[in-house]
Amino acid sequence: MIGQSTVLAAAFPPSVEDFYLPSILPWDAHDSYWFTKITVLVWVAVAAIIIFFLASYRNPQLVPTKKQWMAESLYGFVRNNIAVDMIGPQGVRFAPYLTTLFTFILVNNMFGIIPLVQISPMSHIAFPAVLAVVTYVMFIWVGIKKHGIGYFIHAVKPDAPAGILPLLIPIEIFSNFLVRPFSLAVRLFANMFAGHMLLLVFTLGGFAMISANAWLAPISVLSWVLTIAITFLEFMVICLQAYVFTVLTASYVQGSLADEH
Amino acid sequence: MIDLYLAAATEEGAEVVKHNPIIPVWQEIVVGSVAFAVLCFVLMKFVFPMMEKTFQARVDAIEGGIKRAEAAQAEANELLEQYKAQLAEARTEAARIRDEARADAEGIRQDVLAKAREESDRIIAAGNEQLNAQREAIVRELRSEVGTLAVDLASKIVGEALADEARTRGTVERFIADLDTAGQR
Repeated sequence: MIGQSTVLAAAFPPSVEDFYLPSILPWDAHDSYWFTKITVLVWVAVAAIIIFFLASYRNPQLVPTKKQWMAESLYGFVRNNIAVDMIGPQGVRFAPYLTTLFTFILVNNMFGIIPLVQISPMSHIAFPAVLAVVTYVMFIWVGIKKHGIGYFIHAVKPDAPAGILPLLIPIEIFSNFLVRPFSLAVRLFANMFAGHMLLLVFTLGGFAMISANAWLAPISVLSWVLTIAITFLEFMVICLQAYVFTVLTASYVQGSLADEH
Repeated sequence: MIDLYLAAATEEGAEVVKHNPIIPVWQEIVVGSVAFAVLCFVLMKFVFPMMEKTFQARVDAIEGGIKRAEAAQAEANELLEQYKAQLAEARTEAARIRDEARADAEGIRQDVLAKAREESDRIIAAGNEQLNAQREAIVRELRSEVGTLAVDLASKIVGEALADEARTRGTVERFIADLDTAGQR
């Protein structure tokens, strides 16, 4: 126990390198990324979601069973409260993608607080970046399909007096086509990164203090209690970030479909 | 002491590849894209369309139920209207029959009354006729008897002088005519 805590404490303060664990295959390699804890978690998330939905929707009934009801509630929540609310009646056709996006982010985020797993793939920017790019391509594609090539004018020209347009158009271009994908990806990544970092700080901090001086043991205990408290806070952040990512995607699609500003 | 741990950490860090958290690892991009694509494919092809179908079926079931209930309601209303119409018809029929009966009774009463009046008139007329006839007969009888009686009476009073037939007749005739005119006055 003492030895383990020394090992763990040796990594204090936690650094970026704590997010890049040695790979599983080949074992303990530091420059191989194909088969790491992170990629395994992503596949586990995908498998879990697929199994959950297929199992609960194998034999759909008009009067739903409990499992079927759960799957339907999840889809119904994204469909009615995000897709239809944000986009309107035509939002129904985006509901399947939005629900997939929501569950994928939610489950991957959830790994951040599941005991013994406790790191979210979303704390590696590669995964949020992929999702942000999909959203980016999707809302531009939807806009071009709806308005033709004039979509780009439609998207950057606000409904404002001509005099102010030279100022507004660059801002709109910057915010709509440059900032959006980055803000989406970074928001999710940073939240998950910070959450994991917080848990590391409080957990490892406890070990660091108790091994530095036995008199600091009560503070170490307090630090670990706070770790549990932060886990609950993280749960909120996890759900919120999954929701925010989905809502923003829906909102961008809505902006592309809108007839005018 | 913390310095020592830091030293250990840097020592450990020195042997691993340095990472920048904001630069994505390309292998992870590939894994993430493939995994998400697989997830999207399975869910959007096999799960959510079925959910939409179930939702639609549920809506149909509910709307079908409502439609059936509406049809039953409409049928009931139609039957009610029919019954009401039949009842009204029966009522007018009854009223018509009652009116007819009343009219018949009135007719019969009128007939009976007319017949009775006719009968009474006939009886009265017959009585009058009989009365007149009897009166005539009595008058005729009286006329001849009055003559004889008067003559007899006068003969008894004035003796045989007035026995002459011709004069007697004339006197009697005049007397009766006087009586008649006096009676008519």
